Amino acid sequence: MTAETITGVGVAGREAPYRTCPYTGLKVDAAAQTLIKVNAVAAVIFLALGGLMGLLVALTRWPAVHLLPADWFYLILTGHGANVLLFWIIFFEIAVLYFASAILLNSRLAAPKIAWLGFVLMVAGAALANVAVLQGDSSVMFTSYPPMQAAPHFYLALILFAVGALLGVGVFFGTLVVAKDEQTYEGSIPLVTFGALTAAIIAVFTIASGAIILIPTFLWSIGLIDHIDPLMYKVVWWGMGHSSQQINVSAQVAIWYMIAALLVGAKPLSEKVSRTAFLMYILFLQLASAHHLLAEPGLSSSWKIVNTSYMMYLAVMGSMIHGLTVPGSIEAAQRRNGYDKGLFEWLRKAPWGNPAFSGMFLSLVFFGFIGGISGVVLGTEQLNVLMHNTLYVPGHFHGTVVAGTTLAFMAATYVVLPLIFQRDIIWPKLAQWQPYLFGIGAAGISLFMMGAGTLGVSRRHWDMTFTDAELPFAHSAGAFLMLGLNGVFAVIAAVGGIIFVLVVVGTVLFGEKVTSGHKLKFPLFPTGGAVVSHYGSAGTLRLPGTAVLVSIFFAAFVLYYFINWKYLSELWLFR
Amino acid sequence: MAVTPPSERIWWNEPISRVELIWVVVAFLWGVFMFGFMIAWHFIGQQNLNKEAYRIAPSAYEAKVEQFANLHKVREEKGVPVVKPPPGSDVYLLGRLWQWWPILELEKGQSYRLHISSVDWQHGFSLQPTNINIQVHPGYEHVITLTPTGAGEFGIICNEFCGIGHHTMTGKIYVTEKTAKQADAGLGAQGK
Repeated sequence: MTAETITGVGVAGREAPYRTCPYTGLKVDAAAQTLIKVNAVAAVIFLALGGLMGLLVALTRWPAVHLLPADWFYLILTGHGANVLLFWIIFFEIAVLYFASAILLNSRLAAPKIAWLGFVLMVAGAALANVAVLQGDSSVMFTSYPPMQAAPHFYLALILFAVGALLGVGVFFGTLVVAKDEQTYEGSIPLVTFGALTAAIIAVFTIASGAIILIPTFLWSIGLIDHIDPLMYKVVWWGMGHSSQQINVSAQVAIWYMIAALLVGAKPLSEKVSRTAFLMYILFLQLASAHHLLAEPGLSSSWKIVNTSYMMYLAVMGSMIHGLTVPGSIEAAQRRNGYDKGLFEWLRKAPWGNPAFSGMFLSLVFFGFIGGISGVVLGTEQLNVLMHNTLYVPGHFHGTVVAGTTLAFMAATYVVLPLIFQRDIIWPKLAQWQPYLFGIGAAGISLFMMGAGTLGVSRRHWDMTFTDAELPFAHSAGAFLMLGLNGVFAVIAAVGGIIFVLVVVGTVLFGEKVTSGHKLKFPLFPTGGAVVSHYGSAGTLRLPGTAVLVSIFFAAFVLYYFINWKYLSELWLFR
Repeated sequence: MAVTPPSERIWWNEPISRVELIWVVVAFLWGVFMFGFMIAWHFIGQQNLNKEAYRIAPSAYEAKVEQFANLHKVREEKGVPVVKPPPGSDVYLLGRLWQWWPILELEKGQSYRLHISSVDWQHGFSLQPTNINIQVHPGYEHVITLTPTGAGEFGIICNEFCGIGHHTMTGKIYVTEKTAKQADAGLGAQGK
């Protein structure tokens, strides 16, 4: 890869074929454009597959429906996790990395052949993993904890996928070097690229952790190693498993900034604050492996406290900062756009009919209120014992990864379709409703799973009635209600997901070609463009609306935090 | 814009708006508070998970639990022994495919040293409806000093996926309340 990069500089580099974007004036490298397209298409295919599996899971856990038999339930649940949490999200992230480097930096993509090799490896890995799961010998769940063992090609598939993703990340770094070298931009990289860089750095750590644990586990599955310590496995595996979620956080926050910039002309309130917040992710988010080890034997409390809190919650502080700066930059931009009345005119008059904006803003709200708060509570050393391995855990991460990341990626797709695929969205009315349906469905899933978990219902569990158990046990009626509601909201989310896939596929195949002079506009407000060119003075910013929003968030956070301590104090005593 | 390079080359020196600065300080202090509260709970709280654990071969643990069950067995329920150990003693519980073994009978308000381990795969000890959830590993014997605060019949379910019979894996703990006379006698003994 290095060799390719170096030979490319100065010769092939400046001659790489490109087109000029009619909206931004940026050079769009042809190789980058094609690679963004194929990665995004692969992402949507795995979203469709994994989403369908998720619906089957929810319909099985809905006690009144109880759709699948037990063996199929565990099989489909394993496939659901791999397809959406790994394949959908990482394919999309690779597309985001190429967009944030080659396109935003006005540069050619470094080493497109390596990028293609990475893509082929990822597709092969993802396909092989699905084969392994559907063969039925690898229903080990996404986490594949030993001593339970999957078929060797299950681990091999994940390794192939990870190697492919690592190549993609390498191409991203290479493109940054090429752009700097060929001086395609002036000064520092844009904030969105900085966020993508954060994601890429965490990705390297994540994939390294994955290699360190999955390679020996693969050797164990073919009999070359005779023992994998289950506790050691969890420490290292979650170095991949949880840190990979931090890639999502960084990528999704970068997308929030990107959509706010493209749609209402928002710019960062302060480059220093926003970039420092990203830096906190790089420094501390990787400690989160401990979130999965709070209920384990043999680990000291001091180790747990330091790691689970990301070193005094400095990474949480990073997210809380973005939670203010993203809506704050929108408020500032909207007030400049002329919506300056009262506390909330800027928000009321925001482009709620544009699915990219509504998806982005709902993602921001749900990620903060549902995923973020529940994550801190779940990751508190003592409180974890209330929820460890209950449905609260998937409740939490559907708040972060579905209502947060997936919704943000969907919103980004509505920008990528016209700008990169150069197609106008077909069925715009349907697309307008899509983020609301999917977002509200996903938020409902999260909340009701958290509710069921609070009432003690186990995750990854086929039968909450315990019909076949020797010693009977009965959950409360409230727990059954929660899972019924979870099923209803899963159906709503699935409708939103199906509309998304239909709109994307329809647009890519049949959407009207976007050529210069097309009715499409970026940013949406004519005055939006004017503020782009200069840096605002902080003294002119007035953000009363955002101040009210973050105050509500903070009050909810504190209240929910202490409710859980109250609940903990009522348990049996243990030490 | 966030998609273009910062317009000031030296963006580090740009002033920060007041609302941003206040929020950064609030977020930082809240983080420090939550960090401190976890530490504080070790001193003011009654629910802290012990790290005490020993490496043990699954077969050796199985033998220990059987010996314990034989010693204190009071009756049987569906072929599973119900074991009533004396208050304050070491109590052993075993997770395996797919049951928690044996059934325990404890007294409210008494402390027990509860040992938990698995002999095959990982399991999740989930005491319901109290909602205490602890991970159980094969090869590690975890010791927790447990004091029931409520009487009645409690279920143990498994909440770590352990194969096709996972949803049939249950166990039971009975917690008995002492009669007034027994309690008086106990208090009297403590008074001496």
